[in-house]
Amino acid sequence: MNSDVKTRLLVTASPHIYSSVTVSKLMWAVVIALLPALGGSIYFFGFKALLVIAISTAAAVLFDTLGQLMFKRKVTVEDGSAVITGLLLAFNLPPNVPLWLPIVGAAFATIVVKQFFGGLGHNFINPALGARAFLVASWPTYMTTTWLAPHNGTLSGLSSQALKLCTDAITTATPLNVLKHGSKLLLPGNEPNLLYQHLQSWETIKNLFFGNIGGCLGETSALLLLIGGIFLIATRVIDWRIPLSYLLTVAALVLILPGHKTALLNYILFHLFSGGLMLGAFYMATDYVTSPLTHKGRVIFGIGCGVLTSVIRLWGGYPEGVCYSILLMNVATPLIDRLTLPRVFGTRSKK
Amino acid sequence: MDKFRGGIHPREHKEATEFKPIEAAPLPQRVVIPLSQHTGAPSKPVVKPGDAVRTGTIIAEPGGNLSVPTHSSISGTVSEVKELPHPLTSRFVTTVIIESDQQDTLDENIKERDLNNITPDEIITAIRNAGIVGLGGAAFPTFFKLTPPKDKVIDTLIINGCECEPYLTADHRLMVEKPAEIVEGTTYIARALGVKNVLIAIEDNKPDAIAAMKEAVAGTGFVVRRLKTKYPQGAEKQLIKACLEREVPSGGLPADVGCIVQNVGTAFAVREAVRFNRPLYERVVTVTGSGISEPKNLLVRIGTPVKDLINFCGGYKGTPEKLIMGGPMMGITLASDEVPVLKGTSGILVFLYAQEPEEQDCIRCGRCIEACPMGLSPTRLNYHIKSGRLLQAKNEHLLDCIECGCCAFVCPAKIRLVHNFKYGKSEILRARERG
Repeated sequence: MNSDVKTRLLVTASPHIYSSVTVSKLMWAVVIALLPALGGSIYFFGFKALLVIAISTAAAVLFDTLGQLMFKRKVTVEDGSAVITGLLLAFNLPPNVPLWLPIVGAAFATIVVKQFFGGLGHNFINPALGARAFLVASWPTYMTTTWLAPHNGTLSGLSSQALKLCTDAITTATPLNVLKHGSKLLLPGNEPNLLYQHLQSWETIKNLFFGNIGGCLGETSALLLLIGGIFLIATRVIDWRIPLSYLLTVAALVLILPGHKTALLNYILFHLFSGGLMLGAFYMATDYVTSPLTHKGRVIFGIGCGVLTSVIRLWGGYPEGVCYSILLMNVATPLIDRLTLPRVFGTRSKK
Repeated sequence: MDKFRGGIHPREHKEATEFKPIEAAPLPQRVVIPLSQHTGAPSKPVVKPGDAVRTGTIIAEPGGNLSVPTHSSISGTVSEVKELPHPLTSRFVTTVIIESDQQDTLDENIKERDLNNITPDEIITAIRNAGIVGLGGAAFPTFFKLTPPKDKVIDTLIINGCECEPYLTADHRLMVEKPAEIVEGTTYIARALGVKNVLIAIEDNKPDAIAAMKEAVAGTGFVVRRLKTKYPQGAEKQLIKACLEREVPSGGLPADVGCIVQNVGTAFAVREAVRFNRPLYERVVTVTGSGISEPKNLLVRIGTPVKDLINFCGGYKGTPEKLIMGGPMMGITLASDEVPVLKGTSGILVFLYAQEPEEQDCIRCGRCIEACPMGLSPTRLNYHIKSGRLLQAKNEHLLDCIECGCCAFVCPAKIRLVHNFKYGKSEILRARERG
């Protein structure tokens, strides 16, 4: 017991207590949430998947650090944000890409998209998606054809019986590809509807849900992505508003807009589980830095992503629209923020 | 129901003192009384070194319209009247130092008053003469709140027993131990305002206080209102919203929505002033925190050095890193334990380990916006201030910030939001003064 203060007392502004939530805790929580899907991609696509993921992640960490050194910023690699970028980038690549591709992508994501704009918190589009868009534009062949069929499954998720209806080209088509170009892939004399029926059968839906299907590394299993996504929502790392409004919008629009529908529920589930929608909705549209700040803004953001995704999928030149939808909405984020500021206490509601 | 937007749930840490009865701290050897213990003009000294004073003797007169007198809190001799830095603002203010004679002789004016036919004006005069200020921490002169402009019709009085700051239990113990006295004080305030509708608002983490107050209000028509435990439930504007669903307009006062809020400690002080003509010279202070050997609720004479209280609580436990006057969310750090307890001092916190995490860049998570009970966008305001766009910050209602600290508490990047807002607000106000 002493009665004199021997040390110098800290004099600071209030508050004097803080919540235990830190930037790195939030980031590492996202990394943890991505682990089930990571395990899934290795299970489905084998050692090659592990290699691509490891290279992409290591490269993202390395280039992010280099970028910070280059701009004489504090090196904050331990915060986990570069690991997320590396993982998400890998998850957005087809399994059989050449191994230099993730390295180029990671460099673009961390240095060009992230550090050029000021580092974590300052980039205006999601780094992994920015890199994916860059890779698709630069090396479209590698990005759209280097698919692998999952272990014990088919690329399109179709049964061997359904595959008999089609040309050999279908062996290189993912489910969304089949939906978009199905009639062109049919062998003469076959009814297109029969193919769509197979495509939207419970069997395919099941394959899509559990992940026994072709596609980018991290996007095949809706289930594994949902597990991580629900973990993030339950731990309040991400706000449920973006994924929910995103998924609901896609579900509603594919229902209303014209398309090759056989059974409505199956058609909706087909759209929700296929492509990168789950990955995008839970892990990329929810990126704090590039999505709106307010609850209302997040709902608008999610709806915007959903509209764009549905439109691109149904009418666009690509079979898949998640990446570009989120990127476009990223760019709209500052505007959404400005228009959805909360009402200040004691003021009339803003126009 | 009973809700306002935003807010946070920090750990309460009240267990160290919530069941400890209020103890009278020993009479201090000397008291240091700054003459600026309230919002408004400092009071003007009427004593000089060598003067003998008694407990409750007036030592300074009001220094303006928004000002109250200051009284001696012990009996003894004035040893010095000089300019000293104020414990909270560090600005130099006239300070009276009194050496104790250890007799604690009461001033002869302190005696029971005839309460029959006491008029509202007499109550308000008694409150002003007693030097009563808001004891919740803001220290706004109480008489001033009780004389709202004639065009404002006041229909509700809220007695604030929320005590939503973590660690603090002074109001809690006062409600448990002196419920009848608080209710009596409340009747005087209600009579002064001419208000029938009286609510006593208490957070639901103090069931014993709610029970005690409920018993005490029996037959008065006052209502004890149980509110959700949520910080800042006790902030004036949030409290009014939670109790009455009324929103004090931006830049306005509670009187604009027909409401006056008074702290329970203030109600107790009003009772002492009206019934016994006793000035405000002592108050309840919670002394707690990880760096205190024996946390306590103490009845303390105003002007007692913080060090005396810490010694009475068994001294420091280890080497403290931070000393806080007030609660952990809005309290102000002290550079020394030699400074005195003020009228607005609700607690003394001693932290062994000060949490001072490193600031990182904003990741735009939006948690601050979610937490802000005033509907502000702290991340944007901070960005505007740091970029020198004070006008933009003002347009986005920076001046409505109540500095409750919710935003800084939840910020994962640990950005010093409140610090920056205080700076921004002072710059805007300075610019306004310059015209």
